Amino acid sequence: MKRRDFLKSVTGVAAGALVPAPAIFSPARADARSETLLIVSEGGPNNLDIHGVGTNVPGYEVSWNCYDRLITHEMKSGPGGVPYYDRDKFRGELADDMKIDDMSVTFKLKKNAKFHDGTPVAAKDVKWSLDRAVSVGGFPTFQMSAGSLTKPEQFVVVDDNTLRVDFVKKDRLTIPDLAVIVPCIVNSELVKKNASEKDPWGLEYTKQQTAGSGAYKLSKWTAGTEVIMERNDAWVGGPLPKIKRVIWRMVPQAGNRRALLERGDADISYELPFKDFQEMKANGKLNVVSLPFSNGIQYIGMNVTKPPFDNPKVRQAIAYALPYQKIMDVVLFGLANPMFGAPADKVIEVAWPQPTKYSTDMAKAKALLAEAGYASGFDTTISFDLNFAGVNEPLCVLVQESLAQIGIKATINKIPGANWRTELNKKEMPLYTNVFSGWLDYPEYFFYWCYHGNNSVFNTMSYKSPEMDKLIDGARNAASTGDKAAYDSDVKGFVDLAYKDIPRIPLYQPFVNVAMQKNISGYQYWFHRRLDYRALVKA
Amino acid sequence: MLTMIGKRLMFAIPSLIGVVIVTFLLTRALPGDPAAYFAGPAATKEAVEQIRKKLGLDKPLIEQFFRYTNDLAHGDFGNSLTTGQPVAAEIRNRLPASAELTLLGLFVSIVIAIPLGVLAATRPGSWIDHLCRITTTAGVSLPVFFTGLVLVYIFYFRLGWSPAPLGRLDVFYSAPPTVTGFYLIDTLIARDFEAFRSALSQLILPATTLAIFSLAPIARMTRASMLAVLASDFVRTARASGLSPGTVIVTYAFRNAMLPVITTLSMVFSFLLGANVLVEKVFAWPGIGSYAVEALISSDFAPVQGFVLTMAVMYVLLNLIIDILYGVIDPRVRLEG
Repeated sequence: MKRRDFLKSVTGVAAGALVPAPAIFSPARADARSETLLIVSEGGPNNLDIHGVGTNVPGYEVSWNCYDRLITHEMKSGPGGVPYYDRDKFRGELADDMKIDDMSVTFKLKKNAKFHDGTPVAAKDVKWSLDRAVSVGGFPTFQMSAGSLTKPEQFVVVDDNTLRVDFVKKDRLTIPDLAVIVPCIVNSELVKKNASEKDPWGLEYTKQQTAGSGAYKLSKWTAGTEVIMERNDAWVGGPLPKIKRVIWRMVPQAGNRRALLERGDADISYELPFKDFQEMKANGKLNVVSLPFSNGIQYIGMNVTKPPFDNPKVRQAIAYALPYQKIMDVVLFGLANPMFGAPADKVIEVAWPQPTKYSTDMAKAKALLAEAGYASGFDTTISFDLNFAGVNEPLCVLVQESLAQIGIKATINKIPGANWRTELNKKEMPLYTNVFSGWLDYPEYFFYWCYHGNNSVFNTMSYKSPEMDKLIDGARNAASTGDKAAYDSDVKGFVDLAYKDIPRIPLYQPFVNVAMQKNISGYQYWFHRRLDYRALVKA
Repeated sequence: MLTMIGKRLMFAIPSLIGVVIVTFLLTRALPGDPAAYFAGPAATKEAVEQIRKKLGLDKPLIEQFFRYTNDLAHGDFGNSLTTGQPVAAEIRNRLPASAELTLLGLFVSIVIAIPLGVLAATRPGSWIDHLCRITTTAGVSLPVFFTGLVLVYIFYFRLGWSPAPLGRLDVFYSAPPTVTGFYLIDTLIARDFEAFRSALSQLILPATTLAIFSLAPIARMTRASMLAVLASDFVRTARASGLSPGTVIVTYAFRNAMLPVITTLSMVFSFLLGANVLVEKVFAWPGIGSYAVEALISSDFAPVQGFVLTMAVMYVLLNLIIDILYGVIDPRVRLEG
């Protein structure tokens, strides 16, 4: 009692004596406030250039807003009327015109496009940037190769204003791959001036500053603390953005981010716990947008190369033993699309993701386990990535409880974020939960990375099936030649096989949640799930 | 005096060498593979290997160590992978933020704890003694992040007295030109009083959080040490000679009771630098504590090594200062030194 009174009086006096000054005194600052967008999030960029070594996801957001690409997606109306990028429609950003021929595509550049330093954007800049993307190695090169863009020789300067991209083979993903974040156009002269022999692509320079032609330019970056960006008034990639200045602050504490939003100090935030989003949605003081990840699924994976999970019966038993609905209610507070419990008579669609027919049925699970010869269960471990402990930990505890009911004793193995990828690469974890989502929203893209026998990093189960490979390759071929009938039957085929063989059990399609003040409008959903400042409006 | 300082610094060299070796080995022993982490979610095995090569992690450990010590000798702490910046520059920028916060917290704590301890010692068993006991026990039992969150909840979220917990300055102020790195001093030098006010109001809650946590050791030690001194012969003599109670307590008793308090203060200070990590997280404070923790989580070696080394140097300096202070307070210590 006394202690509390004492503390209150001490802190109260201290706070009361000094603080009641409002955050903004001068009118100039109030003006600045109305044209400035204040974003708070947990983490910030470690590199401003997506071509850099180990650029993290927040870094992609800077790249997206400060650089232009040749083309970008149109918007369409998504779930709940929120603008959602249209997978199939493109418009020019730096390009005025795009002409697709049989084995190449030709871009005409906008004549008045200029980089932030005033140099006009020319075809040689585009070529240099695309060369850079396919040459620097690591993630950017990998992403380019997903659209069969692999060699600098593919990018040909026709004249100062025209660039041709030659195809090495027909691939439906080539054009969409030119609209992702990676093929951004960099000011080649400026960067070359700051490159060195050891660093021919000038990655050290673009790590610290932006050298693009995008709608925003960086004005200050304090790593781990804040990023400040100003509007580029000479931008030609689209209509001039309404927000003049973006201040992006890193606030590690989720509770404080919510407090900042509810007090009206911050304009927009993401990366909050689901419970907070759900409560904020219910109390209606803020706008909360929840949209499904395109082409993304959280799943339970099983290593199919080793017993007991090499037996499909065991995998099916697990699929019947998972507490799906509980996970939806308790872990996600309903903020996800269920990927389970489709009615038994439902036909498989040409779509991805789509729900499985599994739902919690302990009797069936027990029977299947007995059939597989594990009537008394077995011991195993279930692993998860601690970086996403907010979802993964309660999820794994629920799974552990459920599996115990059919006699499977699962020990939980928490893996630090830094180590997670190493563990995935080893492909030794027997049972784990993970999430995968592809930038390019095509079923065959997802399946190629996650189920194909070439055993990529994302085929975390080490699943190999000649039948599956045939269907996936078939769908890829059919897509590039436009054979719709063959494509449809192959897609249906591989989804059906994936659910029958069930090396990974889909749980749900996660949501991206963004909370913003009521006076903020214009939020758009993009495949990369980061903010696009260019469309936002502050009333 | 100078020979003593020189001697002390000489003694510090082996410990610093030890710190360099141990941190190097410890960071290498951490689970996790920085190359895989920084290769990104979509990396192939080849991409991971490429990055490993770029980071120099494919070399044998001993070669990595020599390269590291060679860089250190040239004042190069390496580059952080999480923030992408040179570690030396980041520590230089972030250390003042942590130091300003810790020093202010310690100052608030001293101002409250020492009078409280002295009063408790002069009136043992009275209400003020109980108050001292309860306050300190409760303060030290509450974890700092909890106290911090409660303070934010009450003074920012509920009452709106305190500014948003967004680091050292309100978002719409720009930082003063760096002279000392302490915003309270730099804003005054720049004569930007609005910014001074903003910096001070941003500091109050985190400093209070630290102060609440560090009250206990200081107040308890002051009380215990004062009780011992007050029971000693020279105090009885002073009292018997008719000196006023104020003179007896402040001039005779308190000065003699200060040595253990100073020792505690140095311990509390280093302790607070550690506790800072959580406070910095809660208040989005751009200090070195949160920097080191983030680096640790992502197996980012260079900042962790840089942080531990900086801390080691600070401890050495702190101990040196305390030793000198002993001499100033108590001439007997000077003779031995």
